[in-house]
Amino acid sequence: MAKRDPIYGLMAEFDNATALVDAARKTHQAGYKKIDAYSPFPIEGLAEEIGFHHDEVPLVVLIGGLIGGISGYLMQYWMSAVDYPLNIGGKPPHSWPAFIVITFEMTILFAGISAVFGMLALNGLPMPYHPVFNVPRFSSASKDRFFLIVFSSDKKYDSADTRMFLEALEPRSISEVPS
Amino acid sequence: MPEQYKTTTELERAPVIEPGHTFGTVTEKISAIVLTRPASNGWFIGFGLMFMLTMMMLFAIGYLFLKGIGIWGVTIPIGWGFAIVNFVWWIGIGHAGTLISAILLLLRQSWRNSINRFAEAMTLFAVACAGIFPAIHVGRPWLAYWLFPYPNTMRVWPQFRSPLMWDVFAVSTYATISALFWFTGLIPDLATLRDRTDKRWLKMIYGMASMGWRGSARHWHRYETMYLLLAGLATPLVLSVHTVVSFDFAVGIVPGWHTTIFPPYFVAGAIYSGFAMVLMLAIPIRKIYGLEDFITERHLQNSAKVMLATGLIVGYGYGIEAFMGWYGGDRYDAFTLWNRLHGPYALEYWALLLCNLAIPQVLWIRKMRTSPVALFLISGVILVGMWLERFVIVVMSLHRDFLTSSWGMYYPTRWDWMTYIGTIGMFLAAMFLFLRILPAISIFEMRTLLPEAEVKE
Repeated sequence: MAKRDPIYGLMAEFDNATALVDAARKTHQAGYKKIDAYSPFPIEGLAEEIGFHHDEVPLVVLIGGLIGGISGYLMQYWMSAVDYPLNIGGKPPHSWPAFIVITFEMTILFAGISAVFGMLALNGLPMPYHPVFNVPRFSSASKDRFFLIVFSSDKKYDSADTRMFLEALEPRSISEVPS
Repeated sequence: MPEQYKTTTELERAPVIEPGHTFGTVTEKISAIVLTRPASNGWFIGFGLMFMLTMMMLFAIGYLFLKGIGIWGVTIPIGWGFAIVNFVWWIGIGHAGTLISAILLLLRQSWRNSINRFAEAMTLFAVACAGIFPAIHVGRPWLAYWLFPYPNTMRVWPQFRSPLMWDVFAVSTYATISALFWFTGLIPDLATLRDRTDKRWLKMIYGMASMGWRGSARHWHRYETMYLLLAGLATPLVLSVHTVVSFDFAVGIVPGWHTTIFPPYFVAGAIYSGFAMVLMLAIPIRKIYGLEDFITERHLQNSAKVMLATGLIVGYGYGIEAFMGWYGGDRYDAFTLWNRLHGPYALEYWALLLCNLAIPQVLWIRKMRTSPVALFLISGVILVGMWLERFVIVVMSLHRDFLTSSWGMYYPTRWDWMTYIGTIGMFLAAMFLFLRILPAISIFEMRTLLPEAEVKE
């Protein structure tokens, strides 16, 4: 196993959303690729600034919905027309119009469950412990402060240079994140 | 919203959040209700009373299991009594929560951010109350799981051509999606509570419940995509649920049930009663917990307007039902109309018209839409009216069968009433607990409404 770096990254704290978006853009443009930004509410465009472009959630939901719909219909078909055909009111065993409602509900059910659990899985949650929580000031990230981190695993990372670069962005404070 | 998109009337309207708030004050004010504010005597008394009503419901259901549904007022021909009336009433109330959280999100009605959280909680608790009734109504409730298609030793399957089976899937999907929607909306706020509390055990509980949310930009991006997709899925879902509930009636060939207006008229009625419940909860909550800054006059006005509009759709439904009874030429339909106006349950029908059609028209007056007291009372009237509507649909259509020899009357017994009132107790007891344990207003969505949340280029 590779030796674990005692420092997880360098974290800069900002006052407002504009400053964070600005800083994220400059850091990414400066060539830092392994970075992340934290905010107390979703900020439009911030994820793109740190180089995040591939959101797979819609694909997961599409697959979930298709599985739900197809299995919902096939379940009804198999149960009513194959395994136990029963004449009810002279309707054909495969009475497809009557199967639409449950097919629809199963589509929604599976798509919804995939959306939630897909989002959690792609985000790597639940993860009760994370190195960023070691920074005492980080507890404000869920209230009114904005943070930018450059991970020590980044190729360009250098504790002195990176700190100087972040200081040029005029943050409120800079902290080292122990891992 | 950027200034240039606002119309002049928009600028004159009451704000969604009173001016002067920052990220910090919004966070502190909402989380303080849960974290620092001690529970008042009023809370204990209110919760205690509602808990007692819940126990009364459990007693009534226990006795029902012991004796069977003969203790209720249901007979033949009125096989569907209070259980179905209450089921439809509760599930309808739930619909407003989904409308607020999903449909208004898609329509970019940002004012919904202050009321969506507790409206979603309302949905969840209302669906829980609704779910009790069909389960205990089946006669042998310990076999209620037969409704689900599971491989069994009898080698038979449910009958998928029946709307009652559709209902099982619609309602259970609705309950699941509502719970997921509510929970995912809570995740970032649970993280806020984790970071705000100084008690270690609370930190651990909220920390586990928030799944270690840390507000990363990548996470927010996926989260927002998920939330939008879930809203897009919940929108047709909520419309389908009451449509399917109305199919339970409309597919049957009973006069008064067999009509194509039922689906839209049921959905409108559901939203009508749901918004009435939202107001009946929001008005005391904003007063007691001092949340007038977040649930402003704007919210009251908008909810009142939704009630006015859906109330008129419901009124149109009544009109069409009456018109078709007269114009359709079917003597049984014509009799149903006559029976509503003059039959043994005419009082209930006239009371329904008074509660749902006549009284809510005062909402045309601006003063009524902005007065919390007036809105609270009108909402109460609407809830009673919508309950009467379901009573009229269920009981009045059944009690006059095609043959006069099969006519009957339905009188609810004390067990019917105890179960019904008990579910109201259960609903409110859950609401009391919710207010003390979880943030009643979505904190992170409120932050996005503040002017400082805007990114300036």
